[in-house]
Order: sequence, then structure tokens, then C-alpha cells
Amino acid sequence: MSLANGNRALVVIQLSGGNDGLNTVIPYNNELYYDQRPSVHIEQGQVLRLDDELGLSPALGPIKRLWDQDKVAVINGIGYPNPNRSHFRSMDVWHTAETDKVGSEGWLGRAIRDLDPKADNVLTGVNFGRGLPRALACKDVPVASVANVETYGLLPDIQDERAKALALKAFSMMYGGADGKDAVAQFLSQTGMNALKGADILRTAPAKYSSTVEYASTPIADSLKNIAQVICADLGTRVYYAQHGSFDTHAAELDSHAKLWKDVSDAIGDFTDDLREHDREDDVVILVFSEFGRRIMDNGSGTDHGSGSAAFVIGGPVQGGMYGEYPSLKPADQLEGDLHFSTDFRSAYSTILEQWFGLDAVPIVNGTFEQLDFIRR
Amino acid sequence: MTESNVALVAHLMRRAGFGATRSQLEEYVDKGYHATVDELLHPVDPQRMPDEMIRRYHAEQSGMMGQNSPGAYWLYRMISTTAPLHEKIALFWHSVFATGYTKITQGKVLIDQIRMFRRYGLGSFRELLVELSKDPAMIIWLDNQDNHNGSINENYGRELLELFSMGVGNYTEQDVKECARSFTGWTIANTEYMELRARRDSIWPYGRIAWHFEYREEDHDDGEKTFLGETGRFNGEDIIDIICRQPATARFISRHLYHFFVADEPPVPQWPYTPPRDPAAIETLSRVYFDSSYSISAMLEALFKSEWFQSKETWFEKVKSPAELVASVLRLTGEFERPRREILDTAMHIVYMGQHLINPPSVEGWHQGVEWIDTGTLVERVNFASKHLGNLDAPGVRAIVERIKSQLGPMISPERLVDGCLDQMGAISVSPESRNVLIQFASEQGDLTVDGPDANGHVDRRVTDTMQVIAATHEFQRA
Repeated sequence: MSLANGNRALVVIQLSGGNDGLNTVIPYNNELYYDQRPSVHIEQGQVLRLDDELGLSPALGPIKRLWDQDKVAVINGIGYPNPNRSHFRSMDVWHTAETDKVGSEGWLGRAIRDLDPKADNVLTGVNFGRGLPRALACKDVPVASVANVETYGLLPDIQDERAKALALKAFSMMYGGADGKDAVAQFLSQTGMNALKGADILRTAPAKYSSTVEYASTPIADSLKNIAQVICADLGTRVYYAQHGSFDTHAAELDSHAKLWKDVSDAIGDFTDDLREHDREDDVVILVFSEFGRRIMDNGSGTDHGSGSAAFVIGGPVQGGMYGEYPSLKPADQLEGDLHFSTDFRSAYSTILEQWFGLDAVPIVNGTFEQLDFIRR
Repeated sequence: MTESNVALVAHLMRRAGFGATRSQLEEYVDKGYHATVDELLHPVDPQRMPDEMIRRYHAEQSGMMGQNSPGAYWLYRMISTTAPLHEKIALFWHSVFATGYTKITQGKVLIDQIRMFRRYGLGSFRELLVELSKDPAMIIWLDNQDNHNGSINENYGRELLELFSMGVGNYTEQDVKECARSFTGWTIANTEYMELRARRDSIWPYGRIAWHFEYREEDHDDGEKTFLGETGRFNGEDIIDIICRQPATARFISRHLYHFFVADEPPVPQWPYTPPRDPAAIETLSRVYFDSSYSISAMLEALFKSEWFQSKETWFEKVKSPAELVASVLRLTGEFERPRREILDTAMHIVYMGQHLINPPSVEGWHQGVEWIDTGTLVERVNFASKHLGNLDAPGVRAIVERIKSQLGPMISPERLVDGCLDQMGAISVSPESRNVLIQFASEQGDLTVDGPDANGHVDRRVTDTMQVIAATHEFQRA
């Protein structure tokens, strides 16, 4: 593998709503965990043990399997200074890598710009979902937002197939050829043709793909299957984005958290199997993050917004293991009842940007942060 | 009634409102252009879908706490009002005084701010700035509750000058500090209680209750200040008086109005370095600003009645904002005559197109014009418009199809079909190139014969196919 490898891709999975890190990577030998989580805890006997102190929730079986293959980096205590417990503000911080002011450019948007400075490929970044997450927003960086790759495209609501083909032809005539148009019309034309081109290319992906892996029928599995299809179609995409939620488990957490993680972790397991089947496992790094963790003390049935959580970096190129210090649960060490972060999220970003993509991370994450060596050399 | 009158009023309604149906346009033309402008500015007994009806269908729009219900509520108002300029001016001030959910995390106070824009947005700019400075969402957004006597926080003081009135280059750093000092003590009433609530309520960390403005005399710095060359023991209102007297303020607000209502200017940060598109228009508006004692409606009256606004050169010069695009499509289709749950998903399309109402990306608001357009948002725009305009169950679409059939039939040539659709969709003018492509599209299936029964809906479908392709034109993306 070399840094110049244009196949190197990053898949970011956003766990929206604030994932309970304590019930994901569990300090199963720590009495303080059980003391402060009288209702909302995972029994010691159910924990999938990673080492003598920490283990995974039983809903993360496929991720445990990848851990056993040394392909999972667990990043403990990930967060940022002066944590904000608002979903929206905190997600914004993660998206823009700006902790002190409201930023407008996304870290991945900047990464895409640096990976493809002339925007030669309209599909360097692809978001699976509706509307662009701010993480991918950057001026003059084209990013396709795709709800479903099989139906993605322009004018899907013209029902008659022939009329639709004619309508697309009309679109391409109206948006092709920028001669004699004013600046706005030229820009519209260019963008329209990019959209048409992106859709045409993307639509070819499912036809080129076949796999023995059967994904579950969940939204996150659909997205990861779409991502596998695009990876296997060799369209030059480097950054993929998908999200799952809502992890905002204020009530009835044990059931809902287990279901949410089962969906995510099964999808990741199938996705990595699929990549292996297509000999692409070493091309893909997966980052799983959430905007914050949750309060240490449970509220009787769920947990409230907290700080400091766990993130995962998963894949063939990943050096498995524990990274970052697990935050202390001692009352005296707490931040208003929450975990203190030990590892800045921009350290993880910087590592991926520099060690995986070979980019200069400093201007992308707005500073220099200690890197974690979770990418195999 | 001449067709050029209809097209001109259509231009006015795209800018001062959210477009209009063909029959509405005819009513406006009957009134006359100037009378229509006057009615937009001073509507008599405006009607809209009442709040109590909306709340009956939407529990989430009573509390208005979340980040999406205010946008859905506002969309109802945009599509149902008979006074569209009130909603337009609220959108305008929302883009200038951009205040966002990411920091406020409470929809209620943000929709209260929008209501304040509706109420004061066409009146005196001085009064509007006073209300803005007392607005609880703005106070939190720019940290004025942390602006204390003896320990100033400059955030609001700076943005009031930089973003809300004069623009950079017209004041010094010392003026910023003096301005901030003058607004010390302008805070919200119940901060202690809110902090208490915040500790116990992690879903709405800033509380579930509306916030209120409070002036705390004991926290106000009553000392002497020198601001823009004038000296006195200024309070916030004195500062606003001085700001309003500045020619820079007149030019800045005039340029904003021109940018929003006439033709896209470059993003605001470039204004100090890039002259306006039409300096004479800015001079005219600035003069009206002073002559009318800072009246926004007087400025808009001059704007809408000017030659440069009415000129064909400015038609379709602007790129529609996502809110304008969605509201104008829904006003055509008429599919929300009563509240329906679908408004929530429909309003989310404004977000997918890049404009999260009540949650602008930063204090600078949205960059407008071509910056609304990228590959993802263009696909969303075209697909949204074509989906809704292809829905024969929508009463507005059905009405358009029936009018085309009855007025143009029984034999409709491709040219007449295209021209008829453009006309019925709100007197849209397209370039000769676009028209040729549309006619070629319509020609592929020959003349349309509408006499006799349309058993399989084939005739109706051909009309909506044409409307759906019109929704994909450049012109439909522009206003």
C-alpha cells in the first residue's frame, strides 16, 4: 500500500443522537460503573471481553469478531474541550473541527478538495442520505447526496419510461453547452451536467456488482451495501458518508441501544465480509463516531446527554487495539457528572487524513493534534 | 390586459412573494401594477391558514421546540398567506440577522424572532434594530447576556456594526468597544432559572420556556462613550440613532434589499471590495431611506416601482432560494389547503436543498445566488418541483391541466402545449433555446388531441410531463 493509492477510501458512519459510550465499550470490572448505572448497565457476564478491563456490548458481535482479527481500533474518551451537550452544536463541532466558533466548512469537504483539487471527479465524495451533512460541505466541492443508488438520478417521478428518457435528453440539451450564457446560466449548466454525469455513473454501480453477502434490511445496511457497490464499481470515490440513529436514549435505553447497535454492527460485519469477497478490504477504513456520550449516572430507564465517548476505526488497514485512556468514573474526576475526554477527536481525524490519505491535516482540522498510530504501516 | 403586463406582474410576484397562479396574476393585472405594489406593502385584512388550525393537526407545532417544526410552520404561512411580502421580508431579515438553532437549541424563541421580523420588518429600520437588540434569541446567539458593566463581551456590538447595519470599514475597533459598552445590561430576564432548568433537562439544555428581554440598569455601563465621533453617556438606543444616521448604513441596507429583491450581488464579505451592480439604484434607495426616516416599506415601494426593477434585464436574474422554490411550487399545486402531516417531510426538502430555516450556517447567513446550487441541491430542486407538478391529485395541478385542455383544445400543437404550460405555471418566460428544447420534447409524441374521453389519463399525463420538464429548466430555478 502506498499513500498515492487512489483506491484508498474512508467510510464515515455517524451515530446520530449521542451514543452511550459507557454501554458500548464497557468497564465491566469497575464497580463504579455498576454503582452509577443501577438500572441501565450491561451485566458482566454478557460483556464481550476485549481485555481484562473493557468489553463490548453483546450487540456488537460482528465488531468483536473484527477485533479478534486485529482490525478494530477502539478510541476511548474521545471528545473535545468545553463539551457542549446540545446535539446540534456538538455535531457541528465534529463536522467542522471548530470547537470555539461556528464554522461553515466541513472537515471532509476540505479533505475532498485536497484529494481532488480540480474537482475532476464529481463522485470523489458521496453522501448516502438526504441533504448534505456539514462535514461534507465546502465551497466548490461537488458531493453527490444519494438516498438510494439504484433509484438515484434526475426526474425519477416521470412515470412513463419513454417520457422520462426524453425528459433526460431535454435536460441534457438545456444544461449542455454553456456558450452565450450569462455567468449564472453557465454555472447552472456545469452543475446540471455534473449531476447528470454523477447520476449516470452511479447508476451503473449496482449492475456491475454481485455478492454472496446478504445484508439485513435496515437503513444502515442499505447504505453500506450501496457503498460496497460503489467501491466495487471503481468510480474513484474516496469519501463515503452514512448515518444511523437515533441514539438519543433518554428512556428505555437497554432495548433501543441494543437494537441500534445490532443494526450498525451487523451492517459493518456484512460490509467488511463483502469487501473481503471483492478483495477490497485493504482499501477501506471505517470511522464510527457520535457527537457525544451520555451522563454517567443513569436516570432509571435511560441516560441523558454527556460528554466523552468511544469511537471506532475499523478495517483491514487498521492496527487493532485500544487507543486513548478510558476516562475515570470516580466522582471527583467527573465533569459535572460526565466523563472527561482524554483524546481529542481531531487526533483521530489528523491520523486518518495524514496516515491514510497522505494529506496535510493541519489546515483541515484547524491545528496540530497528536496522532494515534491506528493505521498499519 | 396585455401579456406583457401579466409577465411583469409575474416578475413582481416572484420577487415580492412566492409566485402566483395564472388566475391570481390576472387579478393583480386588473388592479394595476402600482396598486398591486401598494397592496403588497400595505395589505388590508390579510388571510392565511390560522395557527389554531395548524396546531390542531400538528402537536409539535404548539411547543415549536424542535429544530424542524418551526420550518414546517413557516412554510404553511408562506404558502397560505394573502400577504406574501410579509413572509418575504421575514425571510430577508432572517438572512441578514441570521440566528441559528445550533447555538440556541430552542425553536420557540427563533420563531418568535421571525414573528418580530414580520411585525417590524417593513417599518422603521431604527425601530427594527431596537427590537433586534432586545430579541432574546439574538441576545443568546451573540452572547449579550455575557456583556457586563466593566467586563464587556463585544460579540453583539461588533456584529451590529459589521453585519447588521454598516459593514466593515466604517467604524474602528474602539467604536466596537463603545458600542458593546452601550449595550451592557441588555439581557434576558430568567437566566438563573434557565441555568437551574438546564442542569435538570438535558434534552433542552436552554430550557423549555420562552425567554424575555430584561434591561438591568445596575449592569449597564452609564459612563461617557465616544462612538463614531459623537460623545455622550450613550445607551443602546442612542447608539442605534447614531448608526441610523450614517450614510454607510443607508448604502448597506439598500444593497441588501437590492441583493435580495432585484439581482444577486456577491457574498457580503466582498462588498467592501466590489462595487454594486447598479450604483445609481443604491443611491436612489439610500435617498429614500433618509427622506422617509429609515422606512423599509418606502424603500421597497421605490424599489418595486423603479424602472431598474421592472426592466426585463432583471427578470430571472436571481437564483431562487430553497424556501422560495418550495413555497412557489406548493402555491401552484395547492396541495396544502388544509394541514397535513406531509408538510413535515415537504419542509425537510428545503433543508435538503441547503436552507435549514431557523438554522443558517453562521452569523453571515446563507450565501445566496449561485451558491444555492451544487450537484446535490440541483438534483433535489429539480426532482422536488417535477414530482409535485406531476401530481394530478393536487388541486392546483388538476386545475392547470383542465384549463389547458379547455382553453387550447381540441388539437394542441407542441408549441401551444409548451406555451400554455409556461403561461399557466405563472407566466414563466424562458429563453428561445429552452423553449426549443421543450417544444422538441413535446413534439416527440405529436399533437395532443383532447376531444373525447381520456380513459387512461394519457392526455393529462402528457400535460404534466411537459410541466415536469419545465420544472427542470434553468428559468424555473431562477426568479
